[in-house]
Amino acid sequence: MHVEQISVFLENTAGRLAEVTSILSENSINIRALSLADTSDFGVLRLIVDDIEKAETTLKNHGFTVGKNRVAAVEVEDRPGGLNDILQLLFEAGINVEYMYAFVRNSGDNAVMIFRFDQIDDALKLLEEKGVRAIGGSTLYTL
Amino acid sequence: MIYDIEFETMPREALEAIQARRLQATIERVCATVPFYQKKIAEAGLKPTDIKSLNDLKRLPFTTKQDLRDNYPFGMFATPMENVVRIHASSGTTGQPTVVGYTARDVQTWSMLMARSLAAGGATRGDMIHNAYGYGLFTGGLGVHYGAERLGASVIPVSGGNTKRQIVIMKDFGPTILTATPSYTLHLAEVAAEMGVSFENLNFKFGIFGAEPWSENMRHEIEKKLNIVAVDIYGLSEVMGPGVAIECHEAQQGLHIFEDHFIPEIINPETGETLPYGETGELVFTSITKEAFPIIRYRTRDITSLNPEPCVCGRTHVRMNRVTGRSDDMLIIRGVNVFPSQIESVLMEMSGVEPHYQLVVDRVDNLDKLTVRVEVGEGIFSDEVKQLQDMERNIEKNIKDLLGVSAKVKLVEPKAIERSEGKAIRVIDNRKI
Repeated sequence: MHVEQISVFLENTAGRLAEVTSILSENSINIRALSLADTSDFGVLRLIVDDIEKAETTLKNHGFTVGKNRVAAVEVEDRPGGLNDILQLLFEAGINVEYMYAFVRNSGDNAVMIFRFDQIDDALKLLEEKGVRAIGGSTLYTL
Repeated sequence: MIYDIEFETMPREALEAIQARRLQATIERVCATVPFYQKKIAEAGLKPTDIKSLNDLKRLPFTTKQDLRDNYPFGMFATPMENVVRIHASSGTTGQPTVVGYTARDVQTWSMLMARSLAAGGATRGDMIHNAYGYGLFTGGLGVHYGAERLGASVIPVSGGNTKRQIVIMKDFGPTILTATPSYTLHLAEVAAEMGVSFENLNFKFGIFGAEPWSENMRHEIEKKLNIVAVDIYGLSEVMGPGVAIECHEAQQGLHIFEDHFIPEIINPETGETLPYGETGELVFTSITKEAFPIIRYRTRDITSLNPEPCVCGRTHVRMNRVTGRSDDMLIIRGVNVFPSQIESVLMEMSGVEPHYQLVVDRVDNLDKLTVRVEVGEGIFSDEVKQLQDMERNIEKNIKDLLGVSAKVKLVEPKAIERSEGKAIRVIDNRKI
Protein backbone atom coordinates (compact mmCIF):
# COMPACT_ATOMS: atom_id res chain seq x y z
CA MET A 1 0.00 0.00 0.00
CA HIS A 2 2.48 2.63 -1.18
CA VAL A 3 2.18 6.03 -2.80
CA GLU A 4 4.12 7.43 -5.77
CA GLN A 5 6.12 10.56 -5.26
CA ILE A 6 7.99 12.54 -7.89
CA SER A 7 11.17 14.46 -7.19
CA VAL A 8 12.69 17.28 -9.22
CA PHE A 9 16.27 18.58 -9.28
CA LEU A 10 16.43 22.34 -8.90
CA GLU A 11 19.34 24.73 -8.90
CA ASN A 12 19.29 27.09 -6.00
CA THR A 13 18.44 30.14 -8.08
CA ALA A 14 15.63 32.63 -7.88
CA GLY A 15 12.40 31.60 -9.52
CA ARG A 16 13.11 27.92 -10.11
CA LEU A 17 10.48 26.66 -7.67
CA ALA A 18 7.90 29.04 -9.13
CA GLU A 19 8.77 27.68 -12.58
CA VAL A 20 7.75 24.18 -11.46
CA THR A 21 4.55 25.30 -9.77
CA SER A 22 3.52 27.37 -12.77
CA ILE A 23 4.05 24.42 -15.15
CA LEU A 24 1.91 22.22 -12.88
CA SER A 25 -0.73 24.90 -12.58
CA GLU A 26 -0.93 25.44 -16.36
CA ASN A 27 -1.51 21.71 -16.75
CA SER A 28 -4.17 21.59 -14.02
CA ILE A 29 -2.09 19.30 -11.81
CA ASN A 30 -2.90 19.63 -8.13
CA ILE A 31 -0.08 19.49 -5.59
CA ARG A 32 -1.25 17.44 -2.60
CA ALA A 33 1.94 17.68 -0.53
CA LEU A 34 5.49 18.82 -1.00
CA SER A 35 8.84 19.12 0.66
CA LEU A 36 11.99 20.89 -0.43
CA ALA A 37 15.45 19.82 0.74
CA ASP A 38 18.27 22.10 -0.22
CA THR A 39 22.00 22.80 -0.02
CA SER A 40 23.74 26.05 -0.89
CA ASP A 41 23.91 24.98 -4.55
CA PHE A 42 20.89 22.87 -5.32
CA GLY A 43 17.59 21.59 -4.00
CA VAL A 44 15.41 18.52 -4.39
CA LEU A 45 11.69 19.13 -4.58
CA ARG A 46 9.48 16.15 -3.66
CA LEU A 47 5.85 16.22 -4.65
CA ILE A 48 2.70 14.21 -4.20
CA VAL A 49 0.31 15.21 -6.99
CA ASP A 50 -3.07 14.04 -8.21
CA ASP A 51 -1.71 12.95 -11.61
CA ILE A 52 1.78 11.48 -11.33
CA GLU A 53 2.18 10.43 -14.98
CA LYS A 54 1.11 13.77 -16.36
CA ALA A 55 3.29 15.70 -13.89
CA GLU A 56 6.31 13.57 -14.72
CA THR A 57 5.93 13.86 -18.49
CA THR A 58 5.18 17.56 -18.42
CA LEU A 59 8.14 18.45 -16.23
CA LYS A 60 10.50 16.27 -18.29
CA ASN A 61 9.27 17.98 -21.44
CA HIS A 62 10.24 21.26 -19.85
CA GLY A 63 13.78 19.96 -19.38
CA PHE A 64 13.71 19.09 -15.70
CA THR A 65 15.36 16.00 -14.28
CA VAL A 66 12.55 14.08 -12.63
CA GLY A 67 12.68 10.95 -10.46
CA LYS A 68 9.91 8.71 -9.19
CA ASN A 69 9.90 6.90 -5.85
CA ARG A 70 7.65 4.77 -3.73
CA VAL A 71 6.85 6.33 -0.40
CA ALA A 72 4.39 5.48 2.40
CA ALA A 73 1.52 7.73 3.49
CA VAL A 74 0.96 6.76 7.10
CA GLU A 75 -1.90 7.75 9.38
CA VAL A 76 -0.60 9.22 12.59
CA GLU A 77 -2.87 9.62 15.60
CA ASP A 78 -3.44 13.30 16.28
CA ARG A 79 -2.30 13.28 19.92
CA PRO A 80 0.97 13.81 21.84
CA GLY A 81 3.25 10.83 21.17
CA GLY A 82 1.38 9.73 18.04
CA LEU A 83 4.41 10.13 15.76
CA ASN A 84 6.81 8.91 18.41
CA ASP A 85 5.00 5.56 18.70
CA ILE A 86 5.47 4.91 15.01
CA LEU A 87 9.11 5.99 14.95
CA GLN A 88 9.84 3.70 17.91
CA LEU A 89 8.32 0.73 16.06
CA LEU A 90 10.49 1.43 13.04
CA PHE A 91 13.62 2.01 15.09
CA GLU A 92 13.19 -1.29 16.95
CA ALA A 93 12.81 -3.10 13.62
CA GLY A 94 15.96 -1.43 12.27
CA ILE A 95 14.17 0.43 9.48
CA ASN A 96 15.63 3.79 8.48
CA VAL A 97 13.56 6.83 7.67
CA GLU A 98 15.40 8.74 4.94
CA TYR A 99 13.09 11.71 5.31
CA MET A 100 9.46 12.54 5.99
CA TYR A 101 7.03 15.38 5.66
CA ALA A 102 3.44 16.17 6.50
CA PHE A 103 0.47 15.78 4.19
CA VAL A 104 -1.82 18.79 4.07
CA ARG A 105 -5.16 17.09 4.76
CA ASN A 106 -6.23 14.80 7.58
CA SER A 107 -7.63 11.33 7.10
CA GLY A 108 -10.59 11.33 9.43
CA ASP A 109 -9.23 12.25 12.86
CA ASN A 110 -5.70 11.25 11.97
CA ALA A 111 -2.84 13.28 10.55
CA VAL A 112 -1.03 11.90 7.50
CA MET A 113 2.75 11.77 7.19
CA ILE A 114 4.73 10.86 4.05
CA PHE A 115 7.68 8.57 4.86
CA ARG A 116 10.60 7.72 2.62
CA PHE A 117 12.09 4.42 3.88
CA ASP A 118 15.23 2.63 2.81
CA GLN A 119 13.21 -0.64 2.79
CA ILE A 120 9.65 0.34 2.01
CA ASP A 121 8.18 -3.18 1.70
CA ASP A 122 9.52 -4.25 5.11
CA ALA A 123 8.28 -1.00 6.60
CA LEU A 124 4.77 -1.38 5.17
CA LYS A 125 4.58 -4.98 6.36
CA LEU A 126 5.65 -4.00 9.86
CA LEU A 127 3.18 -1.13 10.09
CA GLU A 128 0.34 -3.36 8.92
CA GLU A 129 1.22 -5.98 11.55
CA LYS A 130 1.23 -3.33 14.24
CA GLY A 131 -2.12 -1.97 13.11
CA VAL A 132 -0.84 1.32 11.74
CA ARG A 133 -2.76 2.33 8.64
CA ALA A 134 -1.01 3.28 5.41
CA ILE A 135 -3.14 4.98 2.78
CA GLY A 136 -2.99 3.94 -0.85
CA GLY A 137 -2.51 6.25 -3.79
CA SER A 138 -6.03 6.50 -5.14
CA THR A 139 -7.45 7.26 -1.68
CA LEU A 140 -4.74 9.75 -0.82
CA TYR A 141 -4.92 11.80 -4.02
CA THR A 142 -8.60 12.49 -3.36
CA LEU A 143 -8.50 13.15 0.38
CA MET B 1 75.50 38.58 -15.00
CA ILE B 2 76.00 36.40 -18.08
CA TYR B 3 76.94 32.90 -16.96
CA ASP B 4 78.22 31.59 -20.29
CA ILE B 5 79.64 34.60 -22.17
CA GLU B 6 80.97 32.56 -25.09
CA PHE B 7 77.70 30.93 -26.06
CA GLU B 8 75.15 33.46 -24.81
CA THR B 9 76.70 36.37 -26.72
CA MET B 10 77.90 34.42 -29.75
CA PRO B 11 77.50 36.24 -33.09
CA ARG B 12 74.44 34.99 -34.97
CA GLU B 13 76.46 33.52 -37.83
CA ALA B 14 78.55 31.34 -35.55
CA LEU B 15 75.47 30.39 -33.54
CA GLU B 16 73.61 29.32 -36.66
CA ALA B 17 76.57 27.26 -37.82
CA ILE B 18 76.52 25.39 -34.50
CA GLN B 19 72.75 24.93 -34.77
CA ALA B 20 73.01 23.46 -38.27
CA ARG B 21 75.74 21.02 -37.22
CA ARG B 22 73.88 19.94 -34.09
CA LEU B 23 70.59 19.61 -35.98
CA GLN B 24 72.17 17.29 -38.54
CA ALA B 25 73.71 15.15 -35.81
CA THR B 26 70.39 14.99 -33.93
CA ILE B 27 68.45 13.90 -37.02
CA GLU B 28 71.00 11.20 -37.79
CA ARG B 29 70.82 9.98 -34.22
CA VAL B 30 67.02 9.85 -33.91
CA CYS B 31 66.72 8.07 -37.24
CA ALA B 32 69.16 5.45 -35.98
CA THR B 33 67.72 5.01 -32.48
CA VAL B 34 64.02 5.96 -32.33
CA PRO B 35 61.69 3.86 -34.53
CA PHE B 36 59.03 6.58 -34.33
CA TYR B 37 61.27 9.21 -35.95
CA GLN B 38 62.79 6.72 -38.34
CA LYS B 39 59.36 5.85 -39.70
CA LYS B 40 57.94 9.35 -39.68
CA ILE B 41 60.91 10.97 -41.40
CA ALA B 42 61.01 8.18 -44.01
CA GLU B 43 57.27 8.67 -44.61
CA ALA B 44 57.97 12.35 -45.29
CA GLY B 45 60.26 11.13 -48.09
CA LEU B 46 63.41 12.28 -46.31
CA LYS B 47 66.75 10.71 -45.50
CA PRO B 48 68.83 11.97 -42.56
CA THR B 49 71.39 13.27 -45.06
CA ASP B 50 68.75 15.51 -46.66
CA ILE B 51 68.94 17.80 -43.63
CA LYS B 52 71.91 19.94 -44.55
CA SER B 53 71.03 23.39 -43.28
CA LEU B 54 68.64 25.16 -40.91
CA ASN B 55 66.39 25.81 -43.90
CA ASP B 56 65.76 22.09 -44.18
CA LEU B 57 64.20 22.01 -40.70
CA LYS B 58 60.78 22.98 -42.04
CA ARG B 59 60.75 19.88 -44.26
CA LEU B 60 60.67 17.63 -41.18
CA PRO B 61 57.38 16.40 -39.75
CA PHE B 62 55.98 17.77 -36.48
CA THR B 63 55.85 15.84 -33.21
CA THR B 64 52.74 16.22 -31.07
CA LYS B 65 51.72 15.40 -27.52
CA GLN B 66 49.65 12.56 -28.96
CA ASP B 67 52.81 11.05 -30.49
CA LEU B 68 54.41 11.06 -27.04
CA ARG B 69 51.32 9.41 -25.57
CA ASP B 70 51.30 6.77 -28.29
CA ASN B 71 54.88 5.90 -27.34
CA TYR B 72 54.24 5.84 -23.60
CA PRO B 73 56.29 5.34 -21.50
CA PHE B 74 59.77 5.03 -23.01
CA GLY B 75 59.19 4.65 -26.76
CA MET B 76 60.70 8.04 -27.62
CA PHE B 77 63.95 7.45 -25.71
CA ALA B 78 67.00 7.56 -27.97
CA THR B 79 69.31 5.71 -25.64
CA PRO B 80 69.22 2.40 -23.74
CA MET B 81 67.79 2.70 -20.23
CA GLU B 82 71.20 1.97 -18.72
CA ASN B 83 72.31 5.44 -19.85
CA VAL B 84 69.25 7.16 -18.37
CA VAL B 85 69.92 8.64 -14.93
CA ARG B 86 66.70 10.62 -14.40
CA ILE B 87 63.04 10.29 -15.34
CA HIS B 88 60.43 13.04 -15.09
CA ALA B 89 56.81 13.08 -16.16
CA SER B 90 54.34 15.84 -16.91
CA SER B 91 50.66 15.72 -16.20
CA GLY B 92 49.14 14.49 -19.45
CA THR B 93 45.62 13.76 -20.54
CA THR B 94 43.46 10.89 -19.41
CA GLY B 95 45.76 9.58 -16.72
CA GLN B 96 48.62 9.10 -19.14
CA PRO B 97 51.52 11.41 -18.39
CA THR B 98 54.31 12.30 -20.79
CA VAL B 99 57.50 10.60 -19.67
CA VAL B 100 60.92 12.10 -20.37
CA GLY B 101 64.42 10.84 -19.60
CA TYR B 102 67.85 12.38 -19.10
CA THR B 103 71.35 10.98 -19.45
CA ALA B 104 74.06 12.19 -17.08
CA ARG B 105 75.13 14.62 -19.79
CA ASP B 106 71.52 15.84 -20.25
CA VAL B 107 71.34 16.59 -16.53
CA GLN B 108 74.60 18.53 -16.85
CA THR B 109 73.30 20.48 -19.85
CA TRP B 110 70.05 21.23 -18.05
CA SER B 111 71.90 22.35 -14.91
CA MET B 112 74.08 24.62 -17.01
CA LEU B 113 71.08 26.15 -18.80
CA MET B 114 69.33 26.68 -15.47
CA ALA B 115 72.52 28.30 -14.11
CA ARG B 116 72.42 30.61 -17.16
CA SER B 117 68.74 31.31 -16.43
CA LEU B 118 69.21 32.08 -12.76
CA ALA B 119 72.14 34.36 -13.61
CA ALA B 120 70.04 36.17 -16.24
CA GLY B 121 67.37 36.62 -13.56
CA GLY B 122 69.85 38.31 -11.23
CA ALA B 123 71.35 35.46 -9.20
CA THR B 124 75.08 35.01 -8.58
CA ARG B 125 77.35 32.90 -6.40
CA GLY B 126 76.68 33.88 -2.83
CA ASP B 127 72.94 34.32 -3.37
CA MET B 128 70.53 32.15 -1.41
CA ILE B 129 67.67 30.74 -3.50
CA HIS B 130 64.32 29.98 -1.89
CA ASN B 131 63.01 27.37 -4.33
CA ALA B 132 59.25 26.99 -3.91
CA TYR B 133 58.68 25.05 -7.14
CA GLY B 134 57.38 21.55 -6.45
CA TYR B 135 59.96 18.78 -6.22
CA GLY B 136 59.03 15.45 -7.77
CA LEU B 137 57.97 14.23 -11.19
CA PHE B 138 57.38 17.88 -12.12
CA THR B 139 60.59 19.34 -13.56
CA GLY B 140 60.32 22.72 -11.80
CA GLY B 141 61.80 21.94 -8.39
CA LEU B 142 64.77 19.80 -9.39
CA GLY B 143 65.47 21.92 -12.49
CA VAL B 144 65.99 25.06 -10.41
CA HIS B 145 67.79 23.08 -7.73
CA TYR B 146 70.50 21.71 -10.00
CA GLY B 147 70.94 25.06 -11.72
CA ALA B 148 71.36 26.83 -8.39
CA GLU B 149 74.03 24.38 -7.28
CA ARG B 150 75.77 24.65 -10.66
CA LEU B 151 75.79 28.43 -10.31
CA GLY B 152 77.25 28.09 -6.82
CA ALA B 153 74.32 29.67 -5.04
CA SER B 154 72.87 28.20 -1.82
CA VAL B 155 69.53 26.56 -2.51
CA ILE B 156 66.74 25.98 0.00
CA PRO B 157 64.70 23.05 -1.39
CA VAL B 158 61.51 24.18 0.33
CA SER B 159 59.18 22.93 -2.49
CA GLY B 160 55.50 23.94 -2.59
CA GLY B 161 53.02 24.17 0.27
CA ASN B 162 53.28 24.70 4.04
CA THR B 163 53.20 28.41 3.37
CA LYS B 164 53.56 29.63 6.97
CA ARG B 165 56.74 27.62 7.41
CA GLN B 166 58.04 29.14 4.17
CA ILE B 167 57.53 32.65 5.57
CA VAL B 168 59.41 31.71 8.75
CA ILE B 169 62.29 30.35 6.65
CA MET B 170 62.35 33.56 4.59
CA LYS B 171 62.57 35.58 7.80
CA ASP B 172 65.14 33.43 9.53
CA PHE B 173 67.42 32.35 6.63
CA GLY B 174 67.25 35.56 4.61
CA PRO B 175 67.14 34.14 1.05
CA THR B 176 67.85 36.69 -1.71
CA ILE B 177 66.21 35.00 -4.72
CA LEU B 178 62.71 33.54 -4.92
CA THR B 179 61.73 30.89 -7.48
CA ALA B 180 58.04 29.91 -7.60
CA THR B 181 54.93 30.04 -9.73
CA PRO B 182 53.55 33.61 -9.92
CA SER B 183 50.24 32.64 -8.34
CA TYR B 184 51.91 30.92 -5.40
CA THR B 185 54.13 33.98 -5.00
CA LEU B 186 51.11 36.23 -4.54
CA HIS B 187 49.73 33.72 -2.07
CA LEU B 188 53.04 33.87 -0.15
CA ALA B 189 52.73 37.65 -0.08
CA GLU B 190 49.27 37.44 1.44
CA VAL B 191 50.20 34.90 4.08
CA ALA B 192 53.25 37.00 4.98
CA ALA B 193 51.00 40.03 5.43
CA GLU B 194 48.64 38.04 7.65
CA MET B 195 51.63 36.98 9.76
CA GLY B 196 52.77 40.59 10.01
CA VAL B 197 55.91 39.96 7.93
CA SER B 198 56.84 42.72 5.51
CA PHE B 199 58.85 41.85 2.42
CA GLU B 200 60.62 45.18 2.79
CA ASN B 201 62.36 43.74 5.82
CA LEU B 202 63.34 40.54 3.99
CA ASN B 203 66.45 40.17 1.83
CA PHE B 204 64.89 39.29 -1.54
CA LYS B 205 66.31 41.08 -4.58
CA PHE B 206 65.08 39.05 -7.54
CA GLY B 207 62.35 36.55 -8.31
CA ILE B 208 62.21 34.07 -11.19
CA PHE B 209 58.67 33.00 -11.96
CA GLY B 210 57.09 30.63 -14.46
CA ALA B 211 55.31 27.30 -15.08
CA GLU B 212 52.01 29.09 -15.71
CA PRO B 213 50.84 32.05 -17.76
CA TRP B 214 51.01 35.44 -16.08
CA SER B 215 50.73 39.03 -17.18
CA GLU B 216 52.57 42.35 -16.99
CA ASN B 217 50.03 43.43 -14.39
CA MET B 218 50.87 40.45 -12.21
CA ARG B 219 54.56 41.28 -12.64
CA HIS B 220 53.96 44.80 -11.35
CA GLU B 221 51.92 43.50 -8.46
CA ILE B 222 54.60 40.96 -7.48
CA GLU B 223 57.39 43.53 -7.80
CA LYS B 224 55.48 45.98 -5.64
CA LYS B 225 54.36 43.53 -2.98
CA LEU B 226 57.70 41.70 -2.70
CA ASN B 227 59.94 44.68 -3.34
CA ILE B 228 61.93 42.74 -5.98
CA VAL B 229 62.67 42.60 -9.70
CA ALA B 230 60.58 39.78 -11.25
CA VAL B 231 61.51 37.90 -14.44
CA ASP B 232 59.72 35.27 -16.49
CA ILE B 233 61.13 31.79 -17.13
CA TYR B 234 59.83 29.31 -19.71
CA GLY B 235 60.22 25.61 -20.21
CA LEU B 236 58.37 22.38 -20.71
CA SER B 237 59.42 18.89 -19.78
CA GLU B 238 59.02 17.58 -23.35
CA VAL B 239 61.78 19.95 -24.43
CA MET B 240 63.81 19.83 -21.19
CA GLY B 241 62.07 21.55 -18.27
CA PRO B 242 62.53 25.08 -16.95
CA GLY B 243 65.46 26.89 -18.56
CA VAL B 244 64.48 26.65 -22.21
CA ALA B 245 64.09 30.43 -22.23
CA ILE B 246 64.63 33.20 -19.69
CA GLU B 247 64.04 36.90 -19.45
CA CYS B 248 67.07 39.02 -18.54
CA HIS B 249 66.53 41.29 -15.55
CA GLU B 250 68.21 44.15 -17.43
CA ALA B 251 65.53 44.44 -20.13
CA GLN B 252 62.54 42.44 -18.82
CA GLN B 253 61.40 42.42 -22.45
CA GLY B 254 60.84 38.89 -23.65
CA LEU B 255 62.62 35.61 -22.94
CA HIS B 256 65.94 34.66 -24.55
CA ILE B 257 65.72 31.15 -25.97
CA PHE B 258 68.94 29.18 -25.53
CA GLU B 259 69.37 28.66 -29.23
CA ASP B 260 72.61 26.72 -28.98
CA HIS B 261 70.43 23.91 -27.54
CA PHE B 262 66.94 24.50 -28.89
CA ILE B 263 65.74 25.77 -32.27
CA PRO B 264 62.46 27.69 -32.04
CA GLU B 265 60.00 28.21 -34.87
CA ILE B 266 56.66 29.97 -35.05
CA ILE B 267 54.06 28.25 -37.21
CA ASN B 268 50.52 28.86 -38.29
CA PRO B 269 48.68 26.31 -36.10
CA GLU B 270 46.08 25.69 -38.81
CA THR B 271 48.35 25.13 -41.82
CA GLY B 272 51.68 24.22 -40.21
CA GLU B 273 53.40 26.84 -42.33
CA THR B 274 56.50 28.49 -40.80
CA LEU B 275 56.01 32.19 -40.01
CA PRO B 276 58.67 34.92 -40.06
CA TYR B 277 60.03 36.74 -36.99
CA GLY B 278 57.50 39.04 -35.39
CA GLU B 279 54.40 37.13 -36.47
CA THR B 280 52.23 35.47 -33.86
CA GLY B 281 51.62 31.74 -34.01
CA GLU B 282 52.35 28.45 -32.30
CA LEU B 283 55.79 27.90 -30.82
CA VAL B 284 57.62 24.80 -32.05
CA PHE B 285 60.88 23.45 -30.61
CA THR B 286 63.60 21.14 -31.84
CA SER B 287 66.20 20.07 -29.28
CA ILE B 288 69.69 19.74 -30.72
CA THR B 289 71.85 18.53 -27.84
CA LYS B 290 69.66 16.16 -25.86
CA GLU B 291 70.69 12.52 -25.66
CA ALA B 292 67.98 10.55 -23.89
CA PHE B 293 64.93 12.43 -25.16
CA PRO B 294 65.64 14.45 -28.28
CA ILE B 295 62.54 16.02 -29.79
CA ILE B 296 61.96 17.18 -33.34
CA ARG B 297 59.62 20.06 -34.16
CA TYR B 298 57.53 19.64 -31.05
CA ARG B 299 54.29 21.56 -31.15
CA THR B 300 54.04 23.29 -27.76
CA ARG B 301 50.54 24.68 -28.43
CA ASP B 302 51.75 27.92 -26.82
CA ILE B 303 50.94 31.05 -28.82
CA THR B 304 53.64 33.72 -29.00
CA SER B 305 56.02 35.50 -31.39
CA LEU B 306 59.82 35.77 -31.74
CA ASN B 307 61.82 38.99 -31.52
CA PRO B 308 65.31 39.00 -33.13
CA GLU B 309 66.19 42.57 -32.08
CA PRO B 310 69.51 42.93 -30.21
CA CYS B 311 69.03 43.13 -26.43
CA VAL B 312 70.58 45.58 -23.96
CA CYS B 313 71.91 42.66 -21.91
CA GLY B 314 74.29 41.60 -24.70
CA ARG B 315 72.78 38.18 -25.33
CA THR B 316 72.41 37.40 -29.02
CA HIS B 317 69.77 34.70 -28.58
CA VAL B 318 66.33 35.43 -30.01
CA ARG B 319 63.60 36.42 -27.57
CA MET B 320 60.11 34.96 -27.35
CA ASN B 321 57.35 37.26 -26.18
CA ARG B 322 54.99 36.39 -23.38
CA VAL B 323 52.82 33.37 -24.12
CA THR B 324 49.39 34.81 -24.81
CA GLY B 325 47.33 31.66 -25.14
CA ARG B 326 47.06 28.09 -26.32
CA SER B 327 46.18 26.63 -29.69
CA ASP B 328 44.30 23.84 -27.87
CA ASP B 329 41.94 24.01 -24.91
CA MET B 330 44.49 23.15 -22.22
CA LEU B 331 44.20 25.03 -18.95
CA ILE B 332 47.00 25.45 -16.47
CA ILE B 333 45.58 25.34 -12.96
CA ARG B 334 48.13 26.02 -10.21
CA GLY B 335 50.88 24.68 -12.49
CA VAL B 336 48.96 21.51 -13.43
CA ASN B 337 47.95 20.96 -17.05
CA VAL B 338 44.25 20.24 -17.33
CA PHE B 339 42.42 19.32 -20.52
CA PRO B 340 38.61 19.32 -20.55
CA SER B 341 38.85 15.84 -22.07
CA GLN B 342 40.45 14.56 -18.86
CA ILE B 343 37.50 15.78 -16.81
CA GLU B 344 35.21 14.19 -19.38
CA SER B 345 36.91 10.82 -19.00
CA VAL B 346 36.58 11.02 -15.21
CA LEU B 347 32.84 11.62 -15.62
CA MET B 348 32.42 8.91 -18.24
CA GLU B 349 33.99 6.33 -15.97
CA MET B 350 31.40 6.99 -13.29
CA SER B 351 28.20 5.11 -13.90
CA GLY B 352 25.17 7.20 -14.68
CA VAL B 353 27.07 10.46 -15.07
CA GLU B 354 26.47 12.21 -18.36
CA PRO B 355 29.34 14.04 -20.01
CA HIS B 356 27.61 17.41 -19.87
CA TYR B 357 30.08 19.51 -17.97
CA GLN B 358 31.83 22.84 -17.91
CA LEU B 359 35.08 23.99 -16.33
CA VAL B 360 35.03 27.39 -14.69
CA VAL B 361 38.35 28.84 -13.57
CA ASP B 362 38.59 31.80 -11.24
CA ARG B 363 41.47 33.38 -9.47
CA VAL B 364 40.43 33.95 -5.87
CA ASP B 365 42.95 35.51 -3.48
CA ASN B 366 45.59 34.88 -6.14
CA LEU B 367 44.99 31.14 -6.28
CA ASP B 368 43.35 29.37 -9.16
CA LYS B 369 40.02 27.78 -8.33
CA LEU B 370 38.52 25.18 -10.60
CA THR B 371 34.79 24.54 -10.51
CA VAL B 372 33.35 21.70 -12.55
CA ARG B 373 29.67 22.12 -13.34
CA VAL B 374 27.98 18.81 -14.09
CA GLU B 375 24.44 18.48 -15.39
CA VAL B 376 22.22 16.15 -13.38
CA GLY B 377 20.54 13.59 -15.61
CA GLU B 378 18.29 10.77 -14.45
CA GLY B 379 21.31 8.49 -14.17
CA ILE B 380 22.58 10.17 -11.03
CA PHE B 381 19.51 11.95 -9.75
CA SER B 382 18.21 10.93 -6.35
CA ASP B 383 15.44 12.30 -4.18
CA GLU B 384 17.94 12.21 -1.32
CA VAL B 385 20.20 15.23 -1.00
CA LYS B 386 22.82 13.16 0.79
CA GLN B 387 23.32 10.93 -2.25
CA LEU B 388 23.70 13.90 -4.57
CA GLN B 389 26.28 15.39 -2.23
CA ASP B 390 28.11 12.05 -2.13
CA MET B 391 28.13 12.12 -5.92
CA GLU B 392 29.73 15.58 -5.89
CA ARG B 393 32.40 14.41 -3.48
CA ASN B 394 33.09 11.25 -5.51
CA ILE B 395 33.62 13.24 -8.69
CA GLU B 396 35.89 15.64 -6.79
CA LYS B 397 37.92 12.75 -5.45
CA ASN B 398 38.27 11.08 -8.85
CA ILE B 399 39.41 14.35 -10.42
CA LYS B 400 41.94 14.83 -7.64
CA ASP B 401 43.19 11.24 -7.96
CA LEU B 402 43.58 11.35 -11.72
CA LEU B 403 44.62 14.94 -12.39
CA GLY B 404 46.20 15.92 -9.09
CA VAL B 405 44.17 19.10 -8.99
CA SER B 406 41.46 20.07 -6.50
CA ALA B 407 38.16 20.97 -8.05
CA LYS B 408 34.77 21.89 -6.66
CA VAL B 409 31.97 19.99 -8.33
CA LYS B 410 28.65 21.75 -8.67
CA LEU B 411 25.58 19.90 -9.88
CA VAL B 412 23.40 21.89 -12.25
CA GLU B 413 20.12 21.36 -14.07
CA PRO B 414 20.02 19.77 -17.51
CA LYS B 415 20.80 22.28 -20.27
CA ALA B 416 22.19 24.70 -17.69
CA ILE B 417 25.51 24.65 -19.54
CA GLU B 418 25.50 27.21 -22.30
CA ARG B 419 25.60 25.80 -25.80
CA SER B 420 26.94 27.87 -28.63
CA GLU B 421 25.66 26.71 -32.02
CA GLY B 422 24.85 23.37 -30.43
CA LYS B 423 28.34 22.93 -29.06
CA ALA B 424 28.70 23.08 -25.30
CA ILE B 425 31.04 25.74 -23.99
CA ARG B 426 33.50 23.61 -22.06
CA VAL B 427 35.72 26.22 -20.50
CA ILE B 428 35.09 29.58 -18.89
CA ASP B 429 38.33 31.17 -17.74
CA ASN B 430 37.60 34.17 -15.54
CA ARG B 431 41.22 34.72 -14.56
CA LYS B 432 42.36 38.22 -15.43
CA ILE B 433 45.90 37.52 -16.50
